[in-house]
Amino acid sequence: MTSQAISLTAVVLVTVATLAIGTWGLRFSRTTSDFLVASRTVRPRLNASAIGGEYLSAASFLGIAGLVLVFGADMLWYPVGWTAGYLVLLVLVAAPLRRSGAYTLPDFAEARLDSRRVRALCSMMVVAIGWLYLLPQFQGAGITLQAALGAPPWLGAVAVAGVVLINVVSGGMRSITFVQAFQYWLKLTALLLPAIVLLMVWVGDGAPNPVDVPSSGLSGDAWSLPLGGGDAQGLYLTYSLIIATFLGTMGLPHVVVRFYTNPDGRAARRTTLVVLVLLGVFYLLPPLYGALGRVYAEALAESGRSDVLVLELPRLMVPGLAGELLSALVVAGAFAAFLSTSSGLGIAVAGVLGQDVTGRRFGRGRLSGVAAFRAGAVIAMAVPLVLALAVPGVGVARAVGLAFAVAASTFCPLLLLGIWWRGLTEAGAIAGLLVGGGGCGFAVAWVMAGGQASSGWAGVLLSQPAAWSVPAAFLTMWLVSKLTRRTVPAHVSRFMVRLHYPERLTR
Amino acid sequence: MSTEPPPRVRVTGPPRRRTVPRRLVDAESPLGEIYLSSLLAEQGRLALRVLLVLALGVASLPAVFFFAPDLADLRPFGIPLAWLLLGVAVHPFLWVLGTWYVRSAERNERDFVDLVTAVSPTEPEKP
Repeated sequence: MTSQAISLTAVVLVTVATLAIGTWGLRFSRTTSDFLVASRTVRPRLNASAIGGEYLSAASFLGIAGLVLVFGADMLWYPVGWTAGYLVLLVLVAAPLRRSGAYTLPDFAEARLDSRRVRALCSMMVVAIGWLYLLPQFQGAGITLQAALGAPPWLGAVAVAGVVLINVVSGGMRSITFVQAFQYWLKLTALLLPAIVLLMVWVGDGAPNPVDVPSSGLSGDAWSLPLGGGDAQGLYLTYSLIIATFLGTMGLPHVVVRFYTNPDGRAARRTTLVVLVLLGVFYLLPPLYGALGRVYAEALAESGRSDVLVLELPRLMVPGLAGELLSALVVAGAFAAFLSTSSGLGIAVAGVLGQDVTGRRFGRGRLSGVAAFRAGAVIAMAVPLVLALAVPGVGVARAVGLAFAVAASTFCPLLLLGIWWRGLTEAGAIAGLLVGGGGCGFAVAWVMAGGQASSGWAGVLLSQPAAWSVPAAFLTMWLVSKLTRRTVPAHVSRFMVRLHYPERLTR
Repeated sequence: MSTEPPPRVRVTGPPRRRTVPRRLVDAESPLGEIYLSSLLAEQGRLALRVLLVLALGVASLPAVFFFAPDLADLRPFGIPLAWLLLGVAVHPFLWVLGTWYVRSAERNERDFVDLVTAVSPTEPEKP
């Protein structure tokens, strides 16, 4: 009972701190200057902490350790891909995207192609990716409160959705930078402190090598190979995951918004560089939990509860009050992960819905801008919440991996061709988005419907679609643009100048 | 808490003065077109070089372990090689690549600004 009280206190503290910093930051940004200017002066270090805080979700905090425990080294590709995605983003889109002045991906698409239709399609994609990403956050919150407090699984999902809704609706979007930055450091501390203690316990036990521990699951050799299964199918799955994560990061709706808060393109690059460091430091830790879990918490893998490994391990390894306190710290970090990522996604999805759905004219009436945004926020949270309660989970990290695959199959080709190739046309963009989004969306629906169980190449291709859907989207976009080359927007060269020239020359 | 409201601050954009003749910067003149193409090509080549090193250094690992499965038996410091590479070594590697890119891209932009402003530094601005 005391352990539940400690964990509950930790969760409440994180929630209160999140709301308090949000309110404080709101006041701060009001008295300094107008929101836009304030956000344009966010320094690279603060901004990078905020990006890290928003980006490190339930999948990073809980999912990776669980997957590593069960499947071994090939699951290390998740953290590697999620970090390398930022390098690809840095190299190909960071500075041009900032210089474009676009606040969201639909804004960028509309400005580049001068097309309302591409904008509408991109808005739909943002909502789809956002919901797909929110789903595992809510499910992760459910299993966390279940493991820590013995609460029913729906409670955690409803709690996170509610807190995020309050934060977003009350106008927290202006102050979100401070909240997110705080949450990065909270998440890092919540994994780092227990990890140090657990490592000391492990050394005290004679440091048994996780690879050599007798296990009912994978053998030590298979567990330490960086490709699934070691056969051709495993190789395909691994490379498909690499493509999805390396290329998908740039297409995530909540990532793009943050780039606009940099003062200029140069700062956007420097911010990304700091993000690489912050993510690298954080991602050293989850695999450690996975490896220690193989020594101390094998039973979790057998019972299919590997997603709670990070939450249970401190209690399993350290007896008494110390273990309970460490567990509560980890629970607090996990809750911060759900809140920060869900807030970022919620704002991105609510913004799009507020502009393109609830902001429209219904009959005679029309909602004002703020009311439309708030109505959008309610829909943005309600739909994935209902889905999270209705659909059985496919594993936190895997579901997020699918969201990356959709982003890589749609926004990655649009951004890369839009930024680096003057020949992209409206028809090409639409065709590519439909092929990439349609193919990948079908695969995701198939996995969500429980199709993963079937084996054979068809099942393998559908369970990790990125390796075929990304090239198909690129090829379609390029080919159709070539065929409709006369419809290249007239202002394309001028737009390219804005994207690529240093600010000193263009303003 | 002070009772005085903070003084009003007028918020304005950056100064709208142009140091470079418009025809050199806008891509719609032949010279501007050449400038744009050269910058795009230069930055594009740099990006491809960085990505190639990323592909060779990181993305090649599944294939390497697939064709040389004996590598999995190597255990420097008792840790399997794959764990050491993917769990630890990859992160400094990515940071080094990122630093290399940022330095080179900023140098390219400096050179480009020098080039554009050197062509016609004193040409008067048309109203």
